[in-house]
Amino acid sequence: MSNVIIQATDVTKTFMISGGFFQGKRPLHAVNGVDLTVNQGDVVALVGESGCGKTTLARMILGLEPLTSGSVEVDSKPLSGQNRLDVAKLLQPIFQDPYSSLNPRKSIGSIITLPLKVQGDQNPDTWRRRAEEMMELVGLPRRVFQNYPSQLSGGQRQRVAIARALINRPRVVICDEPTSALDVSVQSQILNLLQDLRSELNLTYVIISHNLAVVEHIATKVAVMYLGRIVEEADTETLFTKPQHPYTEALLSSVLTPDPNLDVPDTHLGAAYPNPVEPPSGCTFHPRCAKVMDHCSTRSPKAIPTSEGSVECHLYDKAQGAAA
Amino acid sequence: MANGTIAKKLPSADQILEPSPFQLMMRRVLGHAGMTFGGGVLILIFAAALFAPILSPHDPYTQDLTKRFLDPVWGATGSWEHPLGTDKFGRDYLSRMMFGARTSLLIGFSAMLISGILGTALGVAAGYFGGRVDIVITFIITTRLAMPVILVALVVVALIGSSLTIVIWVLGLLIWDRFAVVMRAATQQARNMDYVAAAKALGCSTFRIVLTEIMPNVANALIVVATLEVAHAIFLEASLSFLGLGVQPPTPSWGLMVSEGKGMMFFKAWVIAIPGTALFMLMLCINLLGDGIRDVTAPENRN
Repeated sequence: MSNVIIQATDVTKTFMISGGFFQGKRPLHAVNGVDLTVNQGDVVALVGESGCGKTTLARMILGLEPLTSGSVEVDSKPLSGQNRLDVAKLLQPIFQDPYSSLNPRKSIGSIITLPLKVQGDQNPDTWRRRAEEMMELVGLPRRVFQNYPSQLSGGQRQRVAIARALINRPRVVICDEPTSALDVSVQSQILNLLQDLRSELNLTYVIISHNLAVVEHIATKVAVMYLGRIVEEADTETLFTKPQHPYTEALLSSVLTPDPNLDVPDTHLGAAYPNPVEPPSGCTFHPRCAKVMDHCSTRSPKAIPTSEGSVECHLYDKAQGAAA
Repeated sequence: MANGTIAKKLPSADQILEPSPFQLMMRRVLGHAGMTFGGGVLILIFAAALFAPILSPHDPYTQDLTKRFLDPVWGATGSWEHPLGTDKFGRDYLSRMMFGARTSLLIGFSAMLISGILGTALGVAAGYFGGRVDIVITFIITTRLAMPVILVALVVVALIGSSLTIVIWVLGLLIWDRFAVVMRAATQQARNMDYVAAAKALGCSTFRIVLTEIMPNVANALIVVATLEVAHAIFLEASLSFLGLGVQPPTPSWGLMVSEGKGMMFFKAWVIAIPGTALFMLMLCINLLGDGIRDVTAPENRN
């Protein structure tokens, strides 16, 4: 019923990190064999701690970062080898920081019309009108057309970034923490805008976020990442009501509540995020896991399909558990 | 009626909007004392050089041995006929100063253009592409920095002879290092910004990204280096001319005039003092202007 628009298969990104003067280079597996499927109309959220590979995965899907291995298919065609202008028409990013995603030397008008120019749009006399329509759609006043980014507020800048991403009507928008650089009051405006645009323009979103409240609000499907792997994938309702992976449970319990009498929640995670250059053996999560078992430190878990998605944990692997 | 007159007096909404970027820029330029002074004096020197054939009181090459070493107007033998006196061949010093400014400015700006194009291309390529390109270009920059400019210029000029064109090319091909170093650092900073990633995701070509996303953001540093290099080239030309290997007589050049006057330094000090002061003022004003451009165009200085 739903057609697949992004299909990432066994995507891996390995950075070579220099380990010091005499040590040579060591590999860092930023993304380690990730499968991700995004259907038309989905809002897929990627969540996880800083450094777990969310942004790298998003950059690879956008074609900004070459893959070390694996493949990404967009609209059933492999991403590599496709004309970058064709990819640009399908996929567009919205970045986290609207202060660095807009060229400070360009006017808002030229930023928003750039996609039309790059695509070699045939009707230059309609650019201004179309840009102004787009500005209206994202809630920007027309008078800022001649202004420069430094004259706008953070929320307005993010609206400019959204207008730039949407003017060529892409089918998928990849939002890398679209609200985390904004004021709390502006965050909800931008999120509501994204949701309105989704239904209006029939968009598919891939949203990267730290903020689980945002994810619960907007996403239809959630993928939880840990150290370069997707450890649990499920639709939003299932994931928030019945989290299966211990890491997902910990993430959900880490959400702060507005009640000042409650303490900072205890997630059982401890303080240390493992060094990604030397990941723990077996299940990479085992040193921090509340439900760790003997064989967790020796064997890597496999992805186990569940009713709503998949989970990668020995707790749910009957065969492995029995063998151990 | 009454409404009509009031409406006429009040400016419309368009007129009371903020001043245009150009007006704001002019306001900042005029508020910057160093820049106003430097720019003003530079315009005077430029005008003197540009209109030298019209403005100069005498021909700079005509010799008159009966009028050797006349003092400037303030000296004992001075007169308004030769406001800055005459040199050892009786040539009018003011006219030679004005024509000499042409040589100095021509060399300064031409050498800056050559070195600017070369250094910016290398620096932006190294900063944008990184990796092996960066390693190779950094090696070239280091090699260039290891060569003493004056010495290399002297050797080249001594080997292939000296003319205005050769001096310009030798200096232009020698002083690109600062362009390359500064542009490399500025480009490295700019290329990691999200707006470059956004342009890539829009499908922009590398050429367009460098030209429209990177260059406008490094132009600030480029202008400052360019002004400094003009001063540097003029200084080097004066040094070469002083050593006798720059511009050849009888072409007037400020460095050459200092060199020709050095024998009379203790008897007619003004022979050296006048071109020396002019060189000093030119260098000072170019540097003041460069500092001013940096202050006025820096985005963090928008007050």
